[in-house]
Amino acid sequence: MKFNTNTANRKIPTELHGRKLIPFSGKGKGPYRKRKYAPKIRKVSASDNKVLKSLRKAIKKSELTDGETISFHHHFRNGDFLLNIVCHEIAKMGLKDIRLVPSSIQGVHKEILPYLEKGIITSINCGTSGTIADAISHGKMEGLLTIRSHGGRARSIENGDVEIDVAFIASPTSDIYGNINGVYGEYACGSLGYAFPDAQFANHVIAVTNNLVPFPNTPISISQEHVDTVVELDKPIGDPSGIVSTTLRITRDPKGLKIARNCIEVLKASGLLKDGFSYQSGAGGTTLAATNYLREYMISKKIKGSFAMGGATKSLVKMLEDGLFKTILDVQSFDTYAVNSLLNNLNHIEIGASQYANPFTSGCVVNLLDTIILGGTEVDVNFNVNTSTESDGRIMWGMGGHQDTAEGAKLTIIAVPLLRGRIPIIVDDVISINSPGENIDVVVTERGMAINPNSPYYSILKRNKKLDIKSIDELKKIAEDLISGKPKKPKTTDRIVAMIEYRDGSVLDVIYQVED
Amino acid sequence: MKIERIAQAGSLESCDILITVEPSKPKTGIHIHLESPAVKQFGDRIKSEITEVVKRLEIQNVKIIAIDKGSLEYCIKARTETALRRASGE
Repeated sequence: MKFNTNTANRKIPTELHGRKLIPFSGKGKGPYRKRKYAPKIRKVSASDNKVLKSLRKAIKKSELTDGETISFHHHFRNGDFLLNIVCHEIAKMGLKDIRLVPSSIQGVHKEILPYLEKGIITSINCGTSGTIADAISHGKMEGLLTIRSHGGRARSIENGDVEIDVAFIASPTSDIYGNINGVYGEYACGSLGYAFPDAQFANHVIAVTNNLVPFPNTPISISQEHVDTVVELDKPIGDPSGIVSTTLRITRDPKGLKIARNCIEVLKASGLLKDGFSYQSGAGGTTLAATNYLREYMISKKIKGSFAMGGATKSLVKMLEDGLFKTILDVQSFDTYAVNSLLNNLNHIEIGASQYANPFTSGCVVNLLDTIILGGTEVDVNFNVNTSTESDGRIMWGMGGHQDTAEGAKLTIIAVPLLRGRIPIIVDDVISINSPGENIDVVVTERGMAINPNSPYYSILKRNKKLDIKSIDELKKIAEDLISGKPKKPKTTDRIVAMIEYRDGSVLDVIYQVED
Repeated sequence: MKIERIAQAGSLESCDILITVEPSKPKTGIHIHLESPAVKQFGDRIKSEITEVVKRLEIQNVKIIAIDKGSLEYCIKARTETALRRASGE
């Protein structure tokens, strides 16, 4: 196998599973196609009926065949049932060599594991967590896992890197003509943003709903001209209570709270925290706590922000309701409070994945962010962030919008503890890179923070005497002293099981099968 | 020191370790069964830290079950010593 070295200093094969790989060469420099991909033209006439009671009939009507690609959205998160239901049906129908393109794979999807082992599902394109991620790490899937950010996924669908043959859209409410929203029905999940590119660019779209209503269903999130079939299913498509089960609650860990407070100190010192401020945070326990500290500070200083971006949580929605932000732009609702807000509050706006974070559009919202607070499993001395692999080499997580927001935001803060148990988080070299160091401004830990010397905020933050600033090497050394040494490097085979794309489609890193 | 009965120290809280000590027959040596979320990265080191305490207390034969939840060296050594002393009837 021949390799190139990319600008993140990672060895990338020139070709993998028949695809020529373009090594990552820095932000804004990636491969660029001149035209968007165009899906097949379909024709539905006045006499045609779109509604079917049987999922099997709908799949047959889509003419899905071996070797093709199907997609899903993950707004139900760990409460999603539809991906499992469809994969069971496809297996029963005898289809094989299917490429799966969901916006995320969660723990609940462990049911599809036998299909990876039997060659029914042979490759996956998305962020993957839980049992399926672990199985892929152990080499149980024939093809490759391609890990993309949310913006990168939208880009890959719109520029044709990924051609979706059939998109399955879990639809909390749909009318008989396929006008869909996520805010009504027993199984409301809120925003359907990640499914927007699928609906627009798939060759065939199947809406699956438990709540079929007369035409026209409003509000319309995904509209009828994209939807070929509406399946009315008896079994629930998802359980909204599963949405919150994989997002952490606000941390009560004193370490986490200290990190959260330090993040807000950085924001205050940066000069960005003033009227018109825009903000996004991940949904981890520490970043949720940071959002609450931000709230207190904005109230005390009477600061009125412009927009906050979701993952919309109750904390964020409360800030909207209290006038601390004018608008929430919501690609994904993280709890039922946010779902209700999306339904009832005119300033809580649903946006699609491309509007959110696709780099190859006429401008996505992440470009307008002042600040993003993110997490990670590891950070290295070059500020590269790992979100996908644990320090034992196994794939455990996806990356959400990490890459997109880190590149887009003016100030990108990584909030991580120095240790998780005995595992050091700041290391010489991360196992795999999800977010390149050039996009990271500050790494905040409970024992001080490190500022990237290349960050435009370096000098303004460095001057601030209140901040406990250390070099990234010092932080690494403190961790190593606490744990008396360095952890053993994981043993891997020479087989590549996953590839991490940058949001532009170039390749940041590859992940090898772990050895047991 | 001689191990005379089963004893425990520690807990299953995050960042702690639960050490269970059992007597074993003469000339069977030191046996450690370790479970840890970081067994690949730190398994050998944790075992050697436990062994160090056992040898310091001049124990020749013992069975130790260690369930680790991400503990650091000082914690591992303290829990091990406490469990061993409890088991010795001191």
